[in-house]
Amino acid sequence: MTGSRFSDRAATILVPLVFGAVFLGVWEWLVRAFDNKQFLLPSPSSIYTAVGDNWGRIWNGVEVTGGNAVYGLVVGSILAVFASLIASRWGWFSDIVTPIASGMVAVPIVSLAPVFNIWFGSTDPFSRRLVVIVVVFFPVFFNVTKGLTQVDAVHVELMRSQAASQWSVIRRVRIPNALPFLMSALRLASSLAIISAIVAEYFGGTQGSLGQLITQSAGLSRYDTAWAAVLGASAVGIAMFVAVAALEWVAMPWRRERTGA
Amino acid sequence: MTSIDPSAPAVELVGVDKVFNEGSANAVDALQGIDLTVRRGEFVSLIGPSGCGKSTLLRVVADLLPPSRGTASVFGKPAPQARLDQDHAMAFQKAGLFDWRTVRANIELPLELKGWSKADRRARSEEMLQLVKLEEFGSHYPFQLSGGMQQRVAIARCLTFEPKLLLMDEPFGALDEMTREHMQAELLRIYEELDTTVIFVTHSIAEAVYLSSRVVVMSPRPGRIHSTIDIDLGERTDAIRNDASFFEKTNEVRNALRSVEQVAP
Ligand SMILES: Nc1ncnc2c1ncn2[C@@H]1O[C@H](COP(=O)(O)OP(=O)(O)OP(=O)(O)O)[C@@H](O)[C@H]1O
Ligand SMILES: [Mg+2]
Repeated sequence: MTGSRFSDRAATILVPLVFGAVFLGVWEWLVRAFDNKQFLLPSPSSIYTAVGDNWGRIWNGVEVTGGNAVYGLVVGSILAVFASLIASRWGWFSDIVTPIASGMVAVPIVSLAPVFNIWFGSTDPFSRRLVVIVVVFFPVFFNVTKGLTQVDAVHVELMRSQAASQWSVIRRVRIPNALPFLMSALRLASSLAIISAIVAEYFGGTQGSLGQLITQSAGLSRYDTAWAAVLGASAVGIAMFVAVAALEWVAMPWRRERTGA
Repeated sequence: MTSIDPSAPAVELVGVDKVFNEGSANAVDALQGIDLTVRRGEFVSLIGPSGCGKSTLLRVVADLLPPSRGTASVFGKPAPQARLDQDHAMAFQKAGLFDWRTVRANIELPLELKGWSKADRRARSEEMLQLVKLEEFGSHYPFQLSGGMQQRVAIARCLTFEPKLLLMDEPFGALDEMTREHMQAELLRIYEELDTTVIFVTHSIAEAVYLSSRVVVMSPRPGRIHSTIDIDLGERTDAIRNDASFFEKTNEVRNALRSVEQVAP
């Protein structure tokens, strides 16, 4: 049992590793074999060199952009959770917010980045953080509201038959029931956060972000540097995803065996 | 908290009707003209075809559903007051365990709501785990248990604070025959020890006769009480299951059920 579980786990790590190595090898070979122009697709080895040459700028960009993404993810999620708690408790609030929220989903929120730059000034990182906050807010709000309201009828009856208070039902039934919904929303939101943080940076603002490193390097035909910055952004995205997965593991012990390997 | 009137019956339903979606096209007459008095210390089983309103009747007693007409009182108080006073515990047809709580924490839930201390809760849940023969599963989560084991946790949860009135909706439905007989014996033991009152829904004629002091046979659409059969078998032992008086009673209940089924459309 433990043996097969171990080999399962090894397989889930090994398979993508091998696949990734083969992929990189084929990529490198193709670029060399066909003497590809660097602006089309730099080879993995030149991107690797660019990472080394620009390490300071990339690391700085990871801090700035990653910082914005994490800030937006945390603040946006907290606001969304509070909004869901209010919406699930007071119907009138839900009646006001839910239609607005459904409308907002259709709005490409990153396109608001220039507007926020005007409102708060393009030098203020809050302009870009706000983009992330708004992007993160809606999926978290929708999912958590669903989790808070779609509870097992038997659970509610059981609590009612024991004369449990409204607050007790929220604490003992609704919130735990919403946790899996929150976690799957956070998985989605963590990748939305890094994407929107970078796209927001394409519209100008403080120097030293990954978004700006990408646009600038591309403008200067330093494609290997641009790709190196993309790599940095991917690392941030993966780190955020792993952090959410870890949070999930800690917050929902009852789901560990079922979903994990 | 209202104190309990010692002379009042455990449960009294007078002229209770329950219509779901009353006034609309898909109205359902779930209960009609139910008069039922359950004295203290009685063990009353409800039996009847599926959909005849047994669960609905329990829910009216537990004040989980308001009656459309008539009154429901529990220990001489209006049903809502009895619910607020936590006079009863209910075991539902579905186990309804909380996925996110361990078996032990599930059993302790009613005690938590009653404000018991952690140590007292723990001591009691250990006793209850022993009772339902799940000592080794206290730290497991419900998804790690079989359906029958989950049902046993739900039974432990409803017995945990020794309520004066137990409302049980087919609690043994998911159990195998041996576990079922064991749980029946345990329930009777607890019932006698606690001197409590039980209303018990079942589809099993033998179970109803074995457990009850009275079997109430219900007829469907609209749900009514068809007949009441007093069971007076004396002390329940395993031998009684093979006794002539036991067969006589099961036949009586079976015949009542047959006539009810024939009336049904
Ligand atoms: N919430 C509800 N809304 C509408 N109709 C309902 C509702 N609950 C029960 N009913 C209807 O009331 C009738 C009685 O249902 P009930 O669940 O009490 O039956 P039951 O005797 O417990 O059946 P079973 O033995 O299958 O559990 C059924 O016709 C059912 O469809
Ligand atoms: Mg039922």
